[in-house]
Amino acid sequence: MSDFIMIKVEKLNKSFGNLHVLKDIDMTVKDSEVVCLIGASGSGKSTLLRCLNYLEFKDSGLVIIGGEQIEKETHDLNKVRARVGMVFQHFNLFPHKTVIENVIEAPIYVKKISKEKAIIEAKALLKKVGLSDKENVYPSKLSGGQKQRVAIARALAMKPEIMLFDEPTSALDPELVGEVLATMKELAEEGMTMIVVTHEMGFAREVADWAVYMHEGRIVEVGHPKELFSNPKEKRTKNFLDSVL
Amino acid sequence: MDLFTKFIDTYPVFLKGMLLTFQLSIVSIFIAIFIGLFFAFLKISKVKALERIADIYIFLVRGTPLVVQIFIFYFGLTSINMPDFWAVVLGLAFHNGAYIAEIFRGAIQSIDNGQLEAGRSLGMTMGLAMSRIILPQAIRRALPPLGNQFIIALKDSSLASFIGMYELFNVATTYGSVEFDYMSYLLIVAVYYLVLVFFFSIIVRMIEKRMASSD
Repeated sequence: MSDFIMIKVEKLNKSFGNLHVLKDIDMTVKDSEVVCLIGASGSGKSTLLRCLNYLEFKDSGLVIIGGEQIEKETHDLNKVRARVGMVFQHFNLFPHKTVIENVIEAPIYVKKISKEKAIIEAKALLKKVGLSDKENVYPSKLSGGQKQRVAIARALAMKPEIMLFDEPTSALDPELVGEVLATMKELAEEGMTMIVVTHEMGFAREVADWAVYMHEGRIVEVGHPKELFSNPKEKRTKNFLDSVL
Repeated sequence: MDLFTKFIDTYPVFLKGMLLTFQLSIVSIFIAIFIGLFFAFLKISKVKALERIADIYIFLVRGTPLVVQIFIFYFGLTSINMPDFWAVVLGLAFHNGAYIAEIFRGAIQSIDNGQLEAGRSLGMTMGLAMSRIILPQAIRRALPPLGNQFIIALKDSSLASFIGMYELFNVATTYGSVEFDYMSYLLIVAVYYLVLVFFFSIIVRMIEKRMASSD
């Protein structure tokens, strides 16, 4: 783990109409760190994640990615998004494309690498997530866990600097959660910088370097997961943990 | 003279009419698809002025009878020396474009927003995500109502008879008036239309099947 700061967020604010969703968020994530965002639904964790790859535009504050302050006025956000991988709760695989076509789509059309090269890389990624035998299958034929692993491979195919996970296991049947978490754990061990919105406290405890508890758009408490979960300092954190553990 | 002999005696002329009906329909549908796509994009552009332009277009088409539109196009365009055929084709395309725009708009908006977000999160531009991710799915979803609209367009081309084009319907009414026997020729022309529509439906179904391979 180096001390290079991968993501820095300062005084980030975001509102939807009258709803103030993110309030003065400050956060610094170093290279190869794994951070878990926890909190009740509506606490702003997903919005925070979406502000980091500009699927939502912040109202004010700073977002610094890989040392570069990103503003929509000065940056081609498409290029920024290509550097930040995102995995969604509902997978969002392209249903009209096979598994391997899903993975090679962006490398070919966004990064403009050759199809041959994209296929070689995609095959390696699919092997890594344990889906080599599903290359030519359409997503509709896959289980939820398999879909999410393809989605992870698809995001990795762009060779992102950071991976964002937005409740990656929330839409899965309980017996399929493990395979996705195992893939994510492997990724963390390889040194990928990851920010994960999750309700999987076991995963957070085991893999995360630190965890963030959010409540009503604010970061309430930050700490090492083991510490945060067993010894929360804030009452709100304790109440939340009592309700989910 | 019974119906069958009438059919045999007139089929060379009817086949010519059928060819013209076919040409009018195919060419106007082809143009209407592009008009439809264009106005569908205006409607989903989220730019108020552009949406308004599309609304006005659809309002005009839906609010006036097709036969009026065809006459306006006919008299308007032939007065600047456009051939009859193209005047009618543009009239039909203008009309069907509005309905096709609504079909495309509905299909595009029915695609889960997560698809667009997934594309954009991979660094795709709006245009790339549209053409590679959203449109292929939307077109697949639009096929059944599009096929329906194609068949409506084919039958609506009979209105070209009003401005003297010798398509199927005009052939039938001409024979009917010359021989004082409308009924026989209307029954005969109904069969020609049925054959054409049947042929159209088969093509649409074949395309649907080919595109449904991923489901």
